[in-house]
Amino acid sequence: MQIARFETGHKGDILTLDIFGDWTARHVGGIDAALRKFADKTIGRELIINLKEMKGLDTAGAMMIQRTFHSCQDRTHKSAIVGAEPGQESLLRQVLGHLEPCQIDPPQDSPFVTMLYRTGAGVSGVYYSTLELLNFIGLTLVTMMKVMVNPRRWRLASIAHHMEETGLNAVPIVGLMSFLIGAVVAFMGAKVLQQFNAQVFVVELVGIAVLREFGVLLAAILTAGRSGSAFTAQIGSMKIREEIDALRVLGLDPVEVLIVPRTIALVIMLPVLSFLAAALGIIGGGLAAWATMDISPALFMARTQEMVVLDNFWAGIIKAPFFAFVIAVIGCFQGMEVEGSAESLGQRTTLSVVQALFLVIVLDAFFAMFFLELNF
Amino acid sequence: MTKETAIIQGQNASSDQVSDQLSRAEHDHIIEVRGLRNQFGNFIVHDELDLNVRRGEIIGVVGGSGTGKSVLMRSIIGLKRPSKGIVKIFGHDFYGASSKEKIGIEQRWGVLFQGGALFSSMTVAQNVMAPLRAHLHLPDELARDIAALKISMAGLPPESGDKFPSELSGGMKKRAGLARALALDPEMVFLDEPTAGLDPIGAAQFDDLIVNLRNTMGLTVFMVTHDLDSLHAACDRIAVLSDKKVIVNGPIDEVRKLDHEWIQRYFSGPRGRAAVVAKDPNHVEDFKEKRSVIA
Ligand SMILES: Nc1ncnc2c1ncn2[C@@H]1O[C@H](COP(=O)(O)OP(=O)(O)O)[C@@H](O)[C@H]1O
Ligand SMILES: [Mg+2]
Repeated sequence: MQIARFETGHKGDILTLDIFGDWTARHVGGIDAALRKFADKTIGRELIINLKEMKGLDTAGAMMIQRTFHSCQDRTHKSAIVGAEPGQESLLRQVLGHLEPCQIDPPQDSPFVTMLYRTGAGVSGVYYSTLELLNFIGLTLVTMMKVMVNPRRWRLASIAHHMEETGLNAVPIVGLMSFLIGAVVAFMGAKVLQQFNAQVFVVELVGIAVLREFGVLLAAILTAGRSGSAFTAQIGSMKIREEIDALRVLGLDPVEVLIVPRTIALVIMLPVLSFLAAALGIIGGGLAAWATMDISPALFMARTQEMVVLDNFWAGIIKAPFFAFVIAVIGCFQGMEVEGSAESLGQRTTLSVVQALFLVIVLDAFFAMFFLELNF
Repeated sequence: MTKETAIIQGQNASSDQVSDQLSRAEHDHIIEVRGLRNQFGNFIVHDELDLNVRRGEIIGVVGGSGTGKSVLMRSIIGLKRPSKGIVKIFGHDFYGASSKEKIGIEQRWGVLFQGGALFSSMTVAQNVMAPLRAHLHLPDELARDIAALKISMAGLPPESGDKFPSELSGGMKKRAGLARALALDPEMVFLDEPTAGLDPIGAAQFDDLIVNLRNTMGLTVFMVTHDLDSLHAACDRIAVLSDKKVIVNGPIDEVRKLDHEWIQRYFSGPRGRAAVVAKDPNHVEDFKEKRSVIA
């Protein structure tokens, strides 16, 4: 292995370039800039490149030599590349037709234009993506209706599969999280209520908070993170590999085959998960109350039954199917929007979770206001 | 004076030296596979498979679909650990090598996967520059020039450099994958069905390119292919994969004469005969006899 280097000189008015060492991709990095400078100086002059002392040569080195030799169009027969071994010579000949530069990066405008473009695209994107999302929601609903009236088109196997994936497999995590949240609410509540000597109201606190809000919200948030993102990734990678197109040309409607079963499965399973979350939240709260304030489980349950009526439970659980629908539709919609690259898949998956969470919280706020007006 | 003739022959290497190198190369195995077994669960793909590849040769691997050509390639390049047997490449046991050795080995080969396996979030040229950026500290300008060279040599027009893989046709993806495989000027390339999806003109150019690179740089080529023209035009030796083994590994004329059912059906089908005629019209008679013997 020898360092690549070169020496320049002249014989009369003919410039000379003597090449030394290994001219391979591994070794030529350091001399590229100097060689370019030299090539600029040779313009309009004759040049003899001498390869006698050269050791190794690969296509990168050959390209650099030919590039230098042809940096000027009007060299005459006085110019030459001399001293090449036969193998090196054919390598030099081989790269000759391929010296044209090519575009490397995707075309880009000036930063200012790009900024304007991105601002505009962002603004109009909000409008159009909202429109498209609404369009997609409509499409899903219509397809769901069509499927409903025709039991032969119910894809029970697919629905069951997704119920297992999104519901059953989420039970441990949803249960654990809501148990802990219930306990935390009880702890924090106990601290404040103690100051008023009203510890026993911790039962109402836990009951109302968990049944109305935390249970369903926690289940929805975990589902958006677990299943919404999974829907986007599944459908998105099918999109990239042209599987969605394959479905279409087989006469199958991707909305019916892929999206409706996922949506139905989630709409069924999220209320179940919410129920589980509510139950475990209350258990967690009860145990925490027992541990910190000596409120016995029997007393806790009795007060829960007495004070926290079924209304609170319904006020929570009624929201679950709506949340589920939003999560499923957003997940599938973002999956269908994936274009071409793995990067796009990643962006869409992120977007799917963020949008689903955002809409779930907004929807929850609407429900809260709605119930407030109704005194529910 | 035209550019093409600008090279003036200089000092020649003595011809003795060249032939000496060749005879040494004869016995210099760049890949040695011994007693290889590959399985997925209970499904055995290879068993007791042996294969040698010599330095500087173009070996064509053929076999029916699903006989494990791609799996063989993957286990040689370190992507599928065999359940038994030894795989040696450049004299190293890849699966026993330290991670530093592995990086050294990996820079010495280039791989073209069956589906191209281009990075989808990069343009074609960025794909080709990826190995350059990863392993060599080159000035950006030079890396760009090298990328342009490889793209052009692989037969892509310069304007495809800034296209993303999702904007390319299947054949163009293959070419871009080849350009990436050749980016570091490797000693050895692995090509999985390189000419599948190329038009016949492109496929012939591809064969020329491979043979040229072998002749000029001593490139060793491991090529899985079903392209009978490629086998005739480019390959020095053919390894036939059947019954979980390499049943024969030799020059095409020898392989063709072998009395094995699959080999005979492979080479003496209408496509096989057409490829022979294309290579050398004199072979026609020979083949007719052969067929009548089998029939
Ligand atoms: N990841 C895998 N898991 C299980 N089986 C596989 C896997 N990859 C390949 N196979 C099986 O190994 C066999 C050989 O596959 P492959 O090498 O891709 O065939 P080909 O010779 O057409 O390239 C096939 O029967 C295939 O089903
Ligand atoms: Mg294969």
